[in-house]
Formats: sequence, C-alpha cells, structure tokens
Amino acid sequence: MADASYTTPVGDYDTQLGDYFALLKPRVMSLVVFTALVGLLAAPVSVHPVIAFSSILFVAIGAGASGALNMWWDADIDAVMRRTAKRPIPSGRVPAGEAMSLGLARAGLSVMMLGLSANLLAAGLLAFTIFFYAVIYSMWLKRSTPQNIVIGGAAGAFPPVIGWVIATGSFSVEAWLMFALIFMWTPPHFWALALFMKSDYDDADVPMLTVTHGRRATRAHVFGYTLPLVLLAVGTGFTAIGGPLYLSAAVILNALFLKGAYDIWRRDEAQAEADEYRVEKKFFRLSLWYLFAHFGMILIEAMLRPFGLGGW
Amino acid sequence: MTFKPEHEIHTRRKGRNIGVGLMLAGFVVLILALTFTKVTNGDFELPKAEELTQ
Repeated sequence: MADASYTTPVGDYDTQLGDYFALLKPRVMSLVVFTALVGLLAAPVSVHPVIAFSSILFVAIGAGASGALNMWWDADIDAVMRRTAKRPIPSGRVPAGEAMSLGLARAGLSVMMLGLSANLLAAGLLAFTIFFYAVIYSMWLKRSTPQNIVIGGAAGAFPPVIGWVIATGSFSVEAWLMFALIFMWTPPHFWALALFMKSDYDDADVPMLTVTHGRRATRAHVFGYTLPLVLLAVGTGFTAIGGPLYLSAAVILNALFLKGAYDIWRRDEAQAEADEYRVEKKFFRLSLWYLFAHFGMILIEAMLRPFGLGGW
Repeated sequence: MTFKPEHEIHTRRKGRNIGVGLMLAGFVVLILALTFTKVTNGDFELPKAEELTQ
C-alpha cells in the first residue's frame, strides 16, 4: 500500500485552520452544496429551514470527508502533478495520517448527523457516496482504468439525489434526472481538462484517456459523450423539474456546448498547441457555467412554482 | 497564587484553537436548534406510558 504510507516532512510547520479547510476540497464542496440544495428545494415537499440548513451542512461535511480521504490516498499522485502539488499533504502542511483520521471522523459524524436531522435513507446514500468516492473511485478506478472518471463521476452526481431524499424520504425520476445530468457532464468536463493539462496525468501514471488511448481518441470521446448529454439536458426541460425558463437556457447553453465539443473534435494537436489550447480551455470554463446554470434554472423554476409561474 | 507563563505553543496555535472553539460552539448551537425544531415540529412523540411499562 504505497499510497497510504506516503508521508511528507511536516517539520516545524504548524498546521493552520486554513490547511484543514483546503483538505476538504472547498471548490468541489461548493458544487456539492449547491446541487444538493437544488435537489432539496426542487422536491415537492417543503422542509423546515433549520432541518434544511443542518442537513445540507452535514452533506457538505460528508463531501469534505471524502475530499480529505481522497487527498490522503492520492498524495503520491498529487505530489507529481503541477495542478495538485500545492495541496496540503504534498506541500507538507498536513501530515497524511492526520488527513486520514480527519476524513474518517468527519465521514462518521456527517452520516450519523444526517440520519438524525433528515432520514436514514439520506444518511445511507451519503455513506454510499463517500464510500464510492474514497474507495471505488480513488482507491480502485482512478489507477486502473481510463473509464475512471466516467464511473467515478457517479460520486459527484449523488448530491442532488441526497437533497431530494432529505425532503421526500424517497427516490423519484426527477432526482435521477439531476443525477444523470451531472453524471453525463463529468466525462467531457474532465477530458477537456486532461487535454490541456498535458503532461500532468502522464507524469503521475494515471490512466486517463489521453494517456491510454491518445489525444485523438479523447477528442472524439468529448464530442461523443456531449451528444447524449445535450439530449438529456434539453429533454429535462419537459419534465416536472423543468419549465420554459429552464428550457430556454438549456437550448442556448447546449448549443454552445455542442459547438465547443465539435470544435475540440475537429482540431488536431498541432492546432491546439499553436493557440495554447484556447478552444479546450474555453470549453472547460463553459462546462463550469453549464452545470451551474442548469441547476440554477431548476432552482428558479422551483422558486417560482408557489406563485404559479414556474414549471409547465 | 502564581500562574505558569503561557507556553509558546499556545501563542503560536492561538488562531487555530480559537477557530476550533468557535466551530464546536457553532455545532452545539446547531444541535440545540435542531432538537428544538424536531421537538416542536410534530416529528417527535413521547413514548406512551403503557409502552414504557411493558
């Protein structure tokens, strides 16, 4: 278990509160909080604000726990990748063992507290999500298959389902549509990143599609995975969580996204290197707005519904 | 009555300790609010007397 025994000299440095916070992957956590909140508010059941706030907080702590466990396990990979070398463990600001203990403690706390504040199904789903991200994705898929982010993307897709289950106590088609939106969005998002973070994954020996199947195949995969995503995202506009506002935004965003994916597919490496991966970087930035806007519109439709305006 | 001079580690870790203290206080307040909400929201029912005696 070379990964777990990875240690960095912490020396005389005193770990600061900010270092522990960075261990929780705050940017990923913010996406988890947002999508879980949308799932909770889009559900056709109202939740007491205190219960809603505390439940989302426990989901955030659970997401942070899986982030800490991921950083503990992947410290050896993070140390050789330019993008992640400054993370708390490889930079020597947090000892690896401390990150593992914090991750495990927070995972246990978040699941237990979500069970108490919301319901056992939501707690079970959070526990499964943490397990999926830390064990299935980080420990197994990431180092063994180029499908790592395709299957592993499920971990990031569960939060809106958890939000929905917090409110309703059960699953529904709408919750799984939100799951599918994130699940289908993840591969083109990360493959675009892998295209312009050129040597990172090679250096770390992570079997990303760019490393195992080459950059030409990755470009084709970005376009290929974008097609069903576009159908799904626009189709969601006609369901109970969609509406005219969502549909209008989805049509525009998906047209832009499809154009970006097509441009990536049509380019070759010489063209990309000539303009320093301008198209790939633009597509990656758009992908961040893409997901935020889709969930934002689901939220707006849900907020307008009590006034007889949202939805169909 | 004499107090030992504060150890250097306490001054060095002051920010971190205050942060942890505030988080713990926040957690206590949250549990209190959650308990109050659950009890007053109709989710919570005291066990019936006959159930207790069985």
